[in-house]
Amino acid sequence: MKKLLERIGNVDRRVIFVLMALAVIVPLALKLTMEMPVGEGPSYELYEYIDQLPADSRVLMSFDYDPSTKPELQPMARALVAHMLGSDLNIVAMALWPQGATLGQEILSGVSDSLGAEQYEDWVNMGYKTGGQVLIVRLGTSIEAAFPTDLENVPYGEIPMLSDVSTLRDFDLVVTLSAGDPGIPAWVMIASDRFGVPVGGGCTAVSAPQFYPYLQQRDGERPQMEGLLGGLRGAADYETLIERPGLAAAGMSAQSIAHLVIMVFIVIGNITFFATGRKKRTKGGGR
Amino acid sequence: MRLYVPLAITFVAGMIMILQFFIPHQPFPMLGDGVQDWYVIVASSAIFLGILNLLRVHVKKIRLRKRHWQYSPVTIVGFLTMFVSGVAWGVTEETPFYYLFNQMVVPMGATMFSLLAFFVASAAFRAFRASNWRATLLLASAFLVMLGRVPIGDIIWRWIPGAAESSHPYLVSEIAEWIMQFPNMAGQRAILIGAAMGVVATSLRMIFGIERSYLGGAD
Repeated sequence: MKKLLERIGNVDRRVIFVLMALAVIVPLALKLTMEMPVGEGPSYELYEYIDQLPADSRVLMSFDYDPSTKPELQPMARALVAHMLGSDLNIVAMALWPQGATLGQEILSGVSDSLGAEQYEDWVNMGYKTGGQVLIVRLGTSIEAAFPTDLENVPYGEIPMLSDVSTLRDFDLVVTLSAGDPGIPAWVMIASDRFGVPVGGGCTAVSAPQFYPYLQQRDGERPQMEGLLGGLRGAADYETLIERPGLAAAGMSAQSIAHLVIMVFIVIGNITFFATGRKKRTKGGGR
Repeated sequence: MRLYVPLAITFVAGMIMILQFFIPHQPFPMLGDGVQDWYVIVASSAIFLGILNLLRVHVKKIRLRKRHWQYSPVTIVGFLTMFVSGVAWGVTEETPFYYLFNQMVVPMGATMFSLLAFFVASAAFRAFRASNWRATLLLASAFLVMLGRVPIGDIIWRWIPGAAESSHPYLVSEIAEWIMQFPNMAGQRAILIGAAMGVVATSLRMIFGIERSYLGGAD
């Protein structure tokens, strides 16, 4: 028995990789769905805040991520843009990450086509600009100085929906989809705390815990963030709330099984660890 | 000269940014805007330096046939392809750049990040041990959060007879959210405040020329 446990404890990591791949592929291939109610929480708070904005409100949406985090952040971007354009809100998009501008364009033009929204009337993509936190400070005094043209080189003054937009304070909400730095902390510190513009956002699951302090609210005070979508779950919550199930909702079953598989691995790892002697190190298992 | 000019620039730029925050009257906002514009210009120039450095390192690697030099031509060709297609036809939709970005850069980037799941599973199997009470506490929290962040946690809970009809049919999600809202938030807030204090202290040391390591040893 001890020998068997030792063998399991030293299992080749490629076996773990194969099981993990199956845990993700099989639920996706079988189109397994799971009931997923959305209760009160950061996802619902963001949905509620956007939903109560009057038509023609302006939202600044910053795509602060790159392709590596696309599987988590792109579904939430799609759901947010669909909700905003569907509610007749005007979106001014930008990016603090170089590749975010192109990822944002893909979402904006795709959702806009499906909802019949018009570029330069309902949405515009200003593109990427370097500078991070300093750029946000500059947006607080002049957006045109930071973005003299949009992604397609159309001058700021020729874009109809920007005719009465000059600084960050002209926006009713800032939404940032963030995969790291610069991202949510910069927007909270500058846009929310300094210029008083409400901020909401989304981030990868791994970074969500560090943004929870921004959600806390005292009686009568505005929180630093109006809501937060954390990882694929946050995106799936939002898709459920706007009743447009997409990639995130479909991915939740795969994520469920993958989490279970990781937990089973941890349990087996601990059983072998205690059964074969706590001090004994694994031999050759790290290959 | 190499020491005093950067120190003077840091002091003046730092003081302008502090003063324009606390004194919202001219000339400080105007000076602050100027410094911010300069920052964006300098940061943009740094991208070109990065490009030159990337090419220099890889050309040198190929010339000297260093270890894994075979990957360097791929890097250079990839860079030049994206650069030329972006400059020649733009970066908007229906351009070669857009096509290459969506068909190559995006899948490759997503692939690299998705490898994390496999390494997390392998590392958790080998290293996540309940070897003492603190590790056990961490393990228990991790299990609850992992179950609570996916629908299957509540599904398993509702398999327990009477759980679905109880006042907490989604207990696992509720526990996960409680862990995030209270113990996690308290810890994160402590880290945030500590880090913020450190940023203030380091910034002041740099503005007043006490901290000079950013000069690259030019002291």
